[in-house]
Amino acid sequence: MKSIADPKQAEVRLNTPGTWLLVALVVVGVSVAALRLATGLGATTNLSDGVPWGLWIGFDVVAGVALAAGGFTLAAIVYIFGLEKYRPVVRPAILTAFLGYILVAVGIVLDIGRPYRIWHPIVFWQEHSVMFEVAWCVMLYLSVLALEFSSSIWEKLRLARLVNFMRMIIIPLVILGITLSTLHQSSLGSLFLITPELSPLWYTSLLPYLFFISAVGIGLAMVIFESFISAKVFKQGLEMKVLTGLARAAVFVWVGYLAIRFWNLIATGRLWDFTWNAQGALFLVETGVGMVLPVLILSIARLRNSPGWLFGAASLLIGGAVLNRLNTSLLGFPNTWQVGYFPSWMEFAVTIGLVSAALLAFKLAVKYTAVFAAYAHKPSTPGLKSAGAVVEAE
Amino acid sequence: MAKALLIDVTRCTGCRGCQVACKQWNELPGEKTSVSTSWTNPKELSAYTWTHVDFREVPNRAGHPTWNFVHKRCFHCLEPACVSACPVGALQKTEEGPVTYDAARCMGCRYCMVACPFSIPKFTWDSAQPVIAKCTFCADRLADGQEPACAKTCLTNAIQFGERDELIAEAQGRIQATPGRYVNYIYGKDEAGGTSVMYLAGVPFDRLGFKTDISLEPYPERTWEALSKIPWEVLGVAAVMSGTWWIIQRREKNGANSISKKAKR
Repeated sequence: MKSIADPKQAEVRLNTPGTWLLVALVVVGVSVAALRLATGLGATTNLSDGVPWGLWIGFDVVAGVALAAGGFTLAAIVYIFGLEKYRPVVRPAILTAFLGYILVAVGIVLDIGRPYRIWHPIVFWQEHSVMFEVAWCVMLYLSVLALEFSSSIWEKLRLARLVNFMRMIIIPLVILGITLSTLHQSSLGSLFLITPELSPLWYTSLLPYLFFISAVGIGLAMVIFESFISAKVFKQGLEMKVLTGLARAAVFVWVGYLAIRFWNLIATGRLWDFTWNAQGALFLVETGVGMVLPVLILSIARLRNSPGWLFGAASLLIGGAVLNRLNTSLLGFPNTWQVGYFPSWMEFAVTIGLVSAALLAFKLAVKYTAVFAAYAHKPSTPGLKSAGAVVEAE
Repeated sequence: MAKALLIDVTRCTGCRGCQVACKQWNELPGEKTSVSTSWTNPKELSAYTWTHVDFREVPNRAGHPTWNFVHKRCFHCLEPACVSACPVGALQKTEEGPVTYDAARCMGCRYCMVACPFSIPKFTWDSAQPVIAKCTFCADRLADGQEPACAKTCLTNAIQFGERDELIAEAQGRIQATPGRYVNYIYGKDEAGGTSVMYLAGVPFDRLGFKTDISLEPYPERTWEALSKIPWEVLGVAAVMSGTWWIIQRREKNGANSISKKAKR
């Protein structure tokens, strides 16, 4: 009975060099974070009055939120559009989103001048501020993700009532999550509507829409990317049919994104502001190598069906998307170059520590909860229902 | 009602009494300075120097180099980008004119610094409990019926305190009364939707380090245009998602029913 009762658990070995490397990086990151809390931003970062937002906002927060977009994208595909074929990847996607948002939240806490006042937006309302809206959405969506992810824990603990309760509220919860994600994926773009000194290659009144569409595109690419990694690390089965389906959707999303973005650049005449400087090069790498090239690869069926090309294209899309967020929030500003901002080693240490902590937490979650349970049960008996039934039978 | 300052660059002698008066009134510490390419010291505005006189050598119309002493500080916009950016309402535009700052509310997110079109708000980076710092328009002195410390101390009346409307009329009067002394422009009358600190100058403003690409529309409109749509976006997304779920779920149920019916037959 045991093999049926236990949702099939991925076999994860914790005592590996990789794990210990991650632990070491987390320890370094936590130490530097403690130093930052004790001594302040000026002592630990290369931020200044000229460049008040740096690596932590650019990567940990703005890019981090985008990389966590797989959660709401896959939740919509499976729970709302009813495409059962994709159910096996919905849990890892939600777990990635959950960990991603924890990373974002910790990143924000460390970046603000007075971390112990992080709760202020709950009490002091200022609805004309994009930052106010971002703060609320991150708080609420983090709660939604925690609830969504909790299913895996209740199943593991065989708490039938909670599993059934989650099954009851999952649809409203998913709809709430999609709404919150739509709002603040786009409002991270809105943040920069008020900073027109941003290079015309990135500044446009369409920023909120572009941020939202690309978030969906990044979400799809992230799920493909992490499925390959999980397959390798956790010896999980890799269903190419699922991944090529996501890749086809990604092609549509990214073609739409590129069409709107370039049409807007041409219609407003901003494309002619292109010059051969560092920002011009960043723009070419971002859109050419990070978006157009992978979209071309994925639109050719033969390449899309080849694991190597599919993984490569998804990786390029993620790189392009991260670069887009860094460009919009940091590198596209003339001041960054005039001041000559480059992150301090301590800024890098914290960022690397945060990412390592997320990877480590993912590994632990796979080992101790039913993240990949759906693989064991196959789409005909979706993870939640069968696990609930099993518990009831006992 | 709405107070403002008119700064006449052609009247300034560069004595920097305003700089000292500002430091004294606001109890700001001196800064360690060093020799630089600038004629002034400290070189620019900082968290501890809220007003600063910039020295600019610019040729006049006859081609002769002339000194221009430019008093710089927060513009106290009529519709400030920083106030709209602040997530916790730590920055406020008061009716009398000053844009004030409440350190007790501030989290230190620094969005105001990113949003300000004039790059005015600074941060006390060296502190573990940092605050945003900028000119307060001496809001405390105004509340007491006094004029700002810089205007009070100015020997040549290059910094004039008064009603905004009256100061604009005064500035226009000076331009008309002494043609040739001024460029025909009041900087701050329309910039960023209008500011409470306005300037007259004898040479074009871009030569004096003023930003000339400032939008004449208020900056908060740009983000409010996106933010004001949010209630509709919430309703729209939630409705479309709920509707889609309902339709697809019903279709699947019907589909399953028809299959089982077929099986029965």
